[in-house]
Amino acid sequence: MSDAHVATVDQAHAHEAHVAHQFVNARQQYESGNLGMWLFLQTEIMFFGGMFAAYGVYRAWYPEAFKIASTATNVPLGAFNTVVLIVSSLTMALAVQSAQLGKQKRLVWMIILTMLFGAAFLGVKAIEYTEKWHHHHVPGPNFIWEKEGGREVQILYCLYFAMTGMHALHMVIGLGIMTWLLIAALKGRFSPSYYNPVEICGLYWHFVDIVWIFLFPLLYLI
Amino acid sequence: MEGHITPTKTYLAVFFALMVCTVLTYYVWTIDLGFFNVVVALGIAVFKASLVVTYFMHVKWSPILSKITVAISVIFLGILLLLTSMDYASRQWVPRNVGWENYPVLK
Repeated sequence: MSDAHVATVDQAHAHEAHVAHQFVNARQQYESGNLGMWLFLQTEIMFFGGMFAAYGVYRAWYPEAFKIASTATNVPLGAFNTVVLIVSSLTMALAVQSAQLGKQKRLVWMIILTMLFGAAFLGVKAIEYTEKWHHHHVPGPNFIWEKEGGREVQILYCLYFAMTGMHALHMVIGLGIMTWLLIAALKGRFSPSYYNPVEICGLYWHFVDIVWIFLFPLLYLI
Repeated sequence: MEGHITPTKTYLAVFFALMVCTVLTYYVWTIDLGFFNVVVALGIAVFKASLVVTYFMHVKWSPILSKITVAISVIFLGILLLLTSMDYASRQWVPRNVGWENYPVLK
């Protein structure tokens, strides 16, 4: 390879230092990352879909028990958490917009706000789980159900803890991802020409929000 | 790299719509519609999810390959839910005592 050729390649990449070696340009890098994240989310949809299918089957089998059991869930706390997650989705969307516009300070604050709302959600979830524990509504040998249909109600509580538990685990992982994003944002790694990680982390955060949008009516209301 | 930048106004409008839908879900739940309680609650949830996907997740302005992936996700989820419910719904059609151990040919 001649020196002249090396120089041309260096110049071509000089103005786009954030474009990884294997990509032709920033656009291709962006589209590849976006597609990859959506493929991952597709597997996540199928993962949660399996649990929703289980819920559907048991609900069809024991409609009455499920109706009685859902009266024991704490609807105000569930509704509050729904609002908290939607607000966190808004701040996450605004974080992406801030990165696109190059507003570094606003980006950092939006990430911090998103994390605070995420933590608030988990805090409320902890209160709910404690409440269930004290009422002996956790499936297992200590499960106590005063009204009729204890066996069927226990199935609903298995589903409740499996579904909200997996969702909460996704929130915890989400907070970890957001911590990484916050550090990267504080280092000033994002700019209007490179904000892919902010957008991709946002996609994950919004997906977790969507799961809750379905969990709230299914487990707390109907 | 140029990408679509959604104005704050649009985000706030979507946020407001999501909030109204949440209140609506709660309100409909307080009225007894029988089976339609489930239909309405899930209908609102699907609408909310599509708002989040379209605007918050920028699918409206995403690359075409991502859009196709989203569409395929919905189809896959449909297959999962539909085939599972078909299986469980049709199980009652077969009498219980004609399991494999009581199958005439094996006797």
